[in-house]
Amino acid sequence: MSGSNEQVQRYALAVLSHLILIAIWHFFVVYGEVPKVVMPSPYDTVHALLVPNYRWLENILATSIEIFGGFLIAAIFGILTALLFSWFRWLEMFAMPLLVSLNMIPKVALGPLMIVWFKYGIWPNTLMAFAICFFPIVLTTARGLREVEPDLLDLVRTLRGSRWQLFTKIQLPGALPYTFSGMKVAAILAVAGAIVGEFLGSERGLGYLMLQVQVTLDTAAMFMAVILITLIGGLLYGIVLGLERYFVVKDARIQ
Amino acid sequence: MSEAFIHLEGVKKIYRTRGVEFLAVSEATFDVEQGELVSLVGPSGCGKTTLLKILAGLHGYDAGKVRIGSARQPFNPAKDIGMVFQQPLLLKWRKIVDNVMLPTEILGIPQDAARKRAYELLELVGLKGHEEKYPYELSGGMQQRASIARALVHDPKLVLMDEPFGALDALTREKMNLELLRIWEESKKTIIFVTHGITEAVFLGTRVVVLTAGPAKMADNFQVDIPMPRTLDVRNTEKFGEYTRRIYRLLGIE
Repeated sequence: MSGSNEQVQRYALAVLSHLILIAIWHFFVVYGEVPKVVMPSPYDTVHALLVPNYRWLENILATSIEIFGGFLIAAIFGILTALLFSWFRWLEMFAMPLLVSLNMIPKVALGPLMIVWFKYGIWPNTLMAFAICFFPIVLTTARGLREVEPDLLDLVRTLRGSRWQLFTKIQLPGALPYTFSGMKVAAILAVAGAIVGEFLGSERGLGYLMLQVQVTLDTAAMFMAVILITLIGGLLYGIVLGLERYFVVKDARIQ
Repeated sequence: MSEAFIHLEGVKKIYRTRGVEFLAVSEATFDVEQGELVSLVGPSGCGKTTLLKILAGLHGYDAGKVRIGSARQPFNPAKDIGMVFQQPLLLKWRKIVDNVMLPTEILGIPQDAARKRAYELLELVGLKGHEEKYPYELSGGMQQRASIARALVHDPKLVLMDEPFGALDALTREKMNLELLRIWEESKKTIIFVTHGITEAVFLGTRVVVLTAGPAKMADNFQVDIPMPRTLDVRNTEKFGEYTRRIYRLLGIE
């Protein structure tokens, strides 16, 4: 009973802090007589949604596809790569250093090249999100698959357990919390990847829209775009968090 | 003369790392009869864990003889060994009962029967009512009880324990000593128990094998002539003191 009470309190306080931030923003702009070009009020910001020319829905959709698509592809290929590494040690020794080197490349620097290779559009930006997400997922999953207690290995060996049994009963479920910790990092990075891609060259998406309205100094629309990008990122992060809650026992979660 | 259940003779094990040889076990010679609870006691580096792993078939050895089972006492190394480690090593994502059932899954034992047995064993080790909980909901001592149930679930003939109570606090440890004796008497298993606790070794063992370090060597092997069931009071008897003094002397502590 007191537990659920405390939870309600927590949520209420969290909502309150957000509302206070918006209120401070509002009073700062209105009573500070800040010019709209420098900082729009919360009301002006929401109002920007009513400009049909900005095609908000289309842009939201484009950016969402890039972020979610890039993340999903990275999750699938990241986990598969880590599985291959755990099954073929020589492959890990061969390819992991290469991945580490490739990860040193600032992915943003690849933007202009992606445009040369894939033209403007959703694809190069999805790829950018993928490139940023891929490595943390591979790294954490591979580490999780490696981390088997030696004594547990002995236990399976005394029972003449097969490699497959060790994999399905101990390694794979044991790696899941690690994979999720990688995916949580990747979820945040995916947003950055997609938006940078849109800045560099695109004809759709919220990042693209920001560049367009920058020319006309519609700061309110820029604010709205940033808020929407944040919400999309928050949604992805929330989904990952929800899946983690469902699939990973409380104690095993990696913070 | 009938053959012992376990027979070791002049077992020797040398570790080699980067050209340096380290004598881990030497002159280990002793027999274990079925149903005995044998304590392997000694300081760290005396080879007691190595010896346990040799018995488990996890390590090879360089000289000597190791035989488990006989024509009269069949022993299948794949199915007849249960193991308990210093850490409970329960899988965090499995409920206690599913953790206990792990060996039966690996061995392909029918799961309905295995679940029933897991429930019975959890009752035996004093965890009735905790079957459907997750490991993090249990204390360290309770987790170790679950790991003992896991070591018994496939009905092995030999249970190997590697300092199973070493990570527990002193009070829980004493309680677990009593519990282990009760579990041993009810399950009628052969148990080999590794410890560096001299009191624990004598209190639990029907026989004590003493190993010394530097160089690793088997120093003694004697029967503990104190009848079961034992209570904590036996530790205050003169006989008990003689046994512990005997071990202390061998280990150079007087």
